Amino acid sequence: MFSLCKRVDLMSVKDLLKLHGKPIREVYFDHENSGWAPPEVVEAMLPYFNIKGYGHPSITHKPGWEAYEVVYETKELVAKTLNAENYEQIVFTHSGTEANNLAILGTVFANKHGKGKIVVSAIEHLSVIFPAEWVQKNLGFKVVRIPVDEEGFVDPDILAAYIDKDTILVSIQMVNHEIGTIQPIKELVKVVKDINPNTIFHTDAADAYGKIPIDVKEINVDLLTISSHKILGPKGVGALYVGPKVKLEGIIHGQLSTEKLWPGVENVPAIAGFKKAVELTFTNFEKNISKIRKLRDKLLKGIINDIPDVLVNGPLGNKRSPDNVNTSFLYVEGEAVTVELSLRGVYVSSGSACTSRVLEPSHVLLAIGRKHEEAHGSILFKITRYHTDEDIKYTLEQITEAIGRLREISALKPYK
Amino acid sequence: MSTRIPLPYTPKVLELFKNPKNVGPLSDASVIAKAGSPACGDMIRLYLKVSKKNNEDYIEKITFESYGCAANIAAASILTEMVKGKKMSEAWKITWKQIADELGGLPPIKFHCSILAVGALKRAIRAYYTKQGKQPSWLPKSLSLEEKQTMEEEELIEKLYSKYLKYDKTG
Repeated sequence: MFSLCKRVDLMSVKDLLKLHGKPIREVYFDHENSGWAPPEVVEAMLPYFNIKGYGHPSITHKPGWEAYEVVYETKELVAKTLNAENYEQIVFTHSGTEANNLAILGTVFANKHGKGKIVVSAIEHLSVIFPAEWVQKNLGFKVVRIPVDEEGFVDPDILAAYIDKDTILVSIQMVNHEIGTIQPIKELVKVVKDINPNTIFHTDAADAYGKIPIDVKEINVDLLTISSHKILGPKGVGALYVGPKVKLEGIIHGQLSTEKLWPGVENVPAIAGFKKAVELTFTNFEKNISKIRKLRDKLLKGIINDIPDVLVNGPLGNKRSPDNVNTSFLYVEGEAVTVELSLRGVYVSSGSACTSRVLEPSHVLLAIGRKHEEAHGSILFKITRYHTDEDIKYTLEQITEAIGRLREISALKPYK
Repeated sequence: MSTRIPLPYTPKVLELFKNPKNVGPLSDASVIAKAGSPACGDMIRLYLKVSKKNNEDYIEKITFESYGCAANIAAASILTEMVKGKKMSEAWKITWKQIADELGGLPPIKFHCSILAVGALKRAIRAYYTKQGKQPSWLPKSLSLEEKQTMEEEELIEKLYSKYLKYDKTG
């Protein structure tokens, strides 16, 4: 459509980073999208590259059996943290996105009738929404996106209205990845199973695991997704809990490995790192969560008190995930805020349209009733057990200056 | 969040973002024009002071305000630098490609930032002559690419908005 101007190339990224420089202080909040791993996690990974367990977990030699050992120990550990029956119910993929795809597509492909209804919430992660839409477009299944209220909650009565004998799958996340809404999953599962006991209930728990306690038997879900990097493990590992009554059809095919449902050599070093991340997360769980929640509240209170014209996206208090802060700064645009904050050493992401491939703002923010311009100014922070009071103080100073500077440049002023 | 895309900006964009030139309203502006809208996440307002010299109109001063991403702020800033002091007839000739090239290149998804900047300028120039009540011979009657694209982007957002207002819950 357009004849092209000069394209940005790899060399200029090097120059960009040189110009950006290293800020005097760095505080990382973008664990939603990925992040750093603690030294213990890295240490746990290293031997598996070239000292032990560097073989394929399915091959009958010592390095293979060593790889097998760590893979299955990790499965056992994850199962324990979920109160799942045993390690056999844990399937490893390479990301939460893959686990969500396996849950949705694996259920659909295993469905003998070849048609039916799938129900998801309007604020699911796109790795749930996109496979569901694909199934609708290519296989003729009906997909319903349940609306949510202005805090992101799914109303069990509204959900019940959409469940019938044709509903084969429901997928509703346990905690929303952007606005931290903690869904009443136990109640939602009960509502669904009371109407149709054969409906499979999948929950994307990538943002819930390690933040709120999870007992798969108690909530009675059939499928549950976990992501390693969300709990400060390495990238490259996701997991799907597959309950006893569930039959999934594999969606990728290859040589049988330890993982029937997800062939492809396991990323054993990353699994070893994930194992350490799980151990660290579930040691002093309550104490860590309490600390995280305090820091979350300090940051949120500081933003609301120090900066005018701010909206909070999502619920407050205990209805919100303990690590999540998401606020919209009016009259400034989110991508500019992320660049400005990056220059100041504060690393966050935004739900603005300017950061997306399709130039549409976050579907989550629109679904809770935010106007476009409110969504454009949104910034997401995730707190971890490694953040400190000084980090929060520094962050508040930087945000205040950053928003102030961008509001001076802005073409949008209050009442203009 | 929404779908993600890598945005490797050039150092020039970062530089201008850090230190934009010609920011802020102009108290003695001859004409003010804006392009884009808050709903787009992209809006530029230009203030021009036009003065006559040897019977020609010149852009004596030009400043901007911008609501948008780093590329948007950088594009608006470099535009003001490129047309400051030029004849209106010269300034009219600027294209979105020249802006993007001056920035060292833009990721394709950010082309619309430079288009919007030029769209705002052309609107300002047209508005000036409409106010004067006379159309110079060099000013084309038909809309330029940048003006058309700017209008389309503004209209598209209005359409998208109405789509969300009557959100169909059965997907």
